[in-house]
Amino acid sequence: MRRSIQFLLFTAVNLTLFTLLPLHASHSRRINDAELKVQAARLRGLQLTDLCLSSEARYTRHPALADRHAAFQEHPLALEHFPSGSLILPSIPQRESR
Amino acid sequence: MKTTLERHLNILDFTLASLLRRKGKNLSLLTIYLLVIFMLASLVFFVTALKREAAIILEDAPDMVVQRLVAGRQDLVPTKYAEAIASIRGVSKVRPRLWGYYYDGLNGANYTIVADDDSVTEPESAMIGSAIARSRKVTVGDLLPLISYEKVPLMLQISSILPAGSDLMAADLIVISSEDFQTLFNFPAGQATDLAVTVRNPKELTTIASKIAQLFPDSRPILKSEILRTYQAVFDWRGGMTVILLSSALISFIIFAWDKATGLSAEERKEIGILKSIGWSTPDVLLLKFWEGVVISLTAFLLGVVLAYGHVFFLSAPLFAQALKGWSVIYPSFRLSPVVDGYQLAVLFFLTVVPYTTATIIPCWRAATADPDTAMRS
Repeated sequence: MRRSIQFLLFTAVNLTLFTLLPLHASHSRRINDAELKVQAARLRGLQLTDLCLSSEARYTRHPALADRHAAFQEHPLALEHFPSGSLILPSIPQRESR
Repeated sequence: MKTTLERHLNILDFTLASLLRRKGKNLSLLTIYLLVIFMLASLVFFVTALKREAAIILEDAPDMVVQRLVAGRQDLVPTKYAEAIASIRGVSKVRPRLWGYYYDGLNGANYTIVADDDSVTEPESAMIGSAIARSRKVTVGDLLPLISYEKVPLMLQISSILPAGSDLMAADLIVISSEDFQTLFNFPAGQATDLAVTVRNPKELTTIASKIAQLFPDSRPILKSEILRTYQAVFDWRGGMTVILLSSALISFIIFAWDKATGLSAEERKEIGILKSIGWSTPDVLLLKFWEGVVISLTAFLLGVVLAYGHVFFLSAPLFAQALKGWSVIYPSFRLSPVVDGYQLAVLFFLTVVPYTTATIIPCWRAATADPDTAMRS
């Protein structure tokens, strides 16, 4: 078989996989979302405020409830020393708040 | 029509043969390109899916959380604050929340302990997150000993384990009764960690927050919109995680495209000269280079995106999970619902494939328009 045909067939396979991604995504979403909503309903009473993305520091476990100077609160002159602290920023108040 | 197709196929044949002649160089080029696209597409998938799940999960977040600050640090809120806040017009419910952190010396993990008498009805029993069960190798019915602040063991019987599907909310969660919470932390009576406030009309939230701040100057009200915005900022393209990955991937791509655009090697120049001298026209040479760009960039784009999808949604994004995990002992498994944003993929395509293909053609156009003799001699 000509090299060009081989390449076009290879690209056609890749393109098929690429176009199947949205279909797979919408199918999986239907299943996962139902499960997620059941779990969210189960925990609704707890009124959770944050996602559990990282549990290494309290201000990256609950960034929505942390201050902007959260790392500094650990002790005076404290510098950020948790890897996730450089990725997850604390909340940015919309209005003047303490 | 057939002649045009045949011409393209012939040029494509020649392009592939030419690429295979410099196998080492072109394979490494394809690998780097693929890695750049893979990182960018993984980031797009990961961030879009997390944003969406965050929106679903945080729908149930309280309308407002009221904290109390003492000397710039969060402190316990007296429950009498709750009564006063409940009497503000527009407030429908105020719930004092009891929650805190527990450091487990056995595995070095931090747990989030929440008291809820509706979820856990019996004393000395607990509902735990699946990551804790994995880390402590416990199952339903087992005992989970925690050491109270008075150094007395509190033996909690595990009544249920939250499924891994709720990891993004509760991987490190231990839900116990308020009585056990007070025993564990020697928590003073009449105090709460913070207050969850529900209001009748969300439009009145800002007004109610100002009234609370006036009534209790040491309070700090946090609105639901601020909670949502915190997560939008985390996953925003300007946010910490995204900007680090995006900038490194984009800079490597710019260096890579720049290297390609700044010129052809002497060997490639010579090849163009020979092709021109044996009768190839300038459009033929440009078509050859166009196909060369397409072969590399389209393959890298399609494979990169498909692999990124697998990385994020089938393998739970191990590369990003490592970055978020840091030194955490308890961390969620990122089993995200797949989201494919066509617009973002189109942007990725136009930011990577189009500049690369253009960068391949431009220096070649300069060489192809030159005299074949000069091109061969250079």
